[in-house]
Amino acid sequence: MSATTLPGLRTAEQTTPVVRRRRLGPGKPIRFGAALGPLLVLVLWSIGSATGRLDQRVLSAPWTVVTTAGDLIADGRLQSNLWTSTQRAFIGLGLGVVLGVALALLSGLSRIGEALLDGPIQIKRAIPSLALLPLLILWLGIGESMKIVTILLGVFVPIYLHTHNGLRTIDSRYVELAQTVGLSQWDFIRRVVLPGALPGFLLGLRFAVTGAWLSLVVVEQINSTSGIGYMMELARTYGQTDIIIVGLVLYGVLGLLSDGAVRLIQRRALSWRRTLAS
Amino acid sequence: MAPDAGLLTAAVQVRGLVRRYDERAVLDGVDLAIAPGEFVALLGKSGSGKSTLLRALAGLDSDVTGTGELVVPAQVSVVFQDSRLLPWAKVLDNVVLGLNGARERGRQSLEEVGLAGRENAWPNELSGGEQQRVALARSLVREPELLLADEPFGALDALTRLKMHALLRKLCAAHQPAVLLVTHDVDEAIVLADRVIVLDQGRLVAQEQIELAAPRSPADPGFAAVRARLLDALGVSL
Repeated sequence: MSATTLPGLRTAEQTTPVVRRRRLGPGKPIRFGAALGPLLVLVLWSIGSATGRLDQRVLSAPWTVVTTAGDLIADGRLQSNLWTSTQRAFIGLGLGVVLGVALALLSGLSRIGEALLDGPIQIKRAIPSLALLPLLILWLGIGESMKIVTILLGVFVPIYLHTHNGLRTIDSRYVELAQTVGLSQWDFIRRVVLPGALPGFLLGLRFAVTGAWLSLVVVEQINSTSGIGYMMELARTYGQTDIIIVGLVLYGVLGLLSDGAVRLIQRRALSWRRTLAS
Repeated sequence: MAPDAGLLTAAVQVRGLVRRYDERAVLDGVDLAIAPGEFVALLGKSGSGKSTLLRALAGLDSDVTGTGELVVPAQVSVVFQDSRLLPWAKVLDNVVLGLNGARERGRQSLEEVGLAGRENAWPNELSGGEQQRVALARSLVREPELLLADEPFGALDALTRLKMHALLRKLCAAHQPAVLLVTHDVDEAIVLADRVIVLDQGRLVAQEQIELAAPRSPADPGFAAVRARLLDALGVSL
């Protein structure tokens, strides 16, 4: 085969060279850039501890934290406390999700439901759920039920808000379609309302998960005898900053893992939207 | 009251239909009968009330006040200008929406509109023309006695539109529903319909029985004559 050159292409060589403009954006991403900041903090912390600039009573050395975590795992305290905390968070989260969705459906699908429910829930939203603790302790004591109810109260509000909003913003054209194909009330809820409100619900779930851990931290530091918060609270009385740090790391890991899990669910459940985004 | 032969045989019977939005009569005494299997195209300028008439027949005008007599068959399907597929449901689930145990019929319906094998696609993965074909399958799987179509090809490009005309003619020949097609495209109306009616300011002002031979072409002199009369009724002078 012989290569032929189009006459028009030659002109490109004759034009003046292109001036390279200075880039205005931040430029190319740095590899593993996200790890740099935390790594720097760790290095400074290590240097501070090694040189004695950081008092052990203020903040334990990183290696002490690691060995303490090892000891806590070896004697089983970490696992049992972690299990108790996770259980509390999940029971509270589960009940809160059920309550939030049920209320969102009642209030979103009927005007009477909206009139009766939306007001009180908006008022509840204005009151931080942790502010209800004194009342909850009086009503429920300091046992497990108080802890779970506190978590539940923090969880159901974002679930309700976002599900209700998702439900109310379903395109009215789909409602019209449901009428023309003669969907029953139940089929309408199942085929149109729930899937239509799902993006809102999942957004609410992400807030709810964060809220559940937050409430957990607080309730576990009040008259608890088990859980990560109790472990940390006990460490405070003995001045064991290493154990407190282990607890903080645990909370961080739990928060990250659960948020990742919700995002995974989001990607799976909303795969019909991914076709648009990708 | 005297017995009326039309009332007994017609698929659609409309008499003295009035629909008002805030005292303004959008439909001002419409009389219309559509025979079973008859394909009627409804022409009109924007704001002439054609969509209001279609929505009245579809039972989608509960928010509007009005009077008049309206008889429609039990099984009515609607095709909208947008395909109105649920984006979160696969194509086949959209077709059989609200029907139980109709998946096999749904598959056949998709095959009829030339979309066999796309049952598990998301609506967003289809082109505009394909989405509208799914909407047609969703309408026809219900075996409607009356098919209402509100500018169903209005959002499609000219080439896709021609293909859809052929498809709609084929489907209507196979299923024999009475059809009311709302459109503002005079050629489309003449190509597809047995009868074209013109709505202006809420009243039917003209109708044309189309008796042109089967492959109707705008090149046909008869076509041009009908076209001229309809355009005249629409107030467009050439």
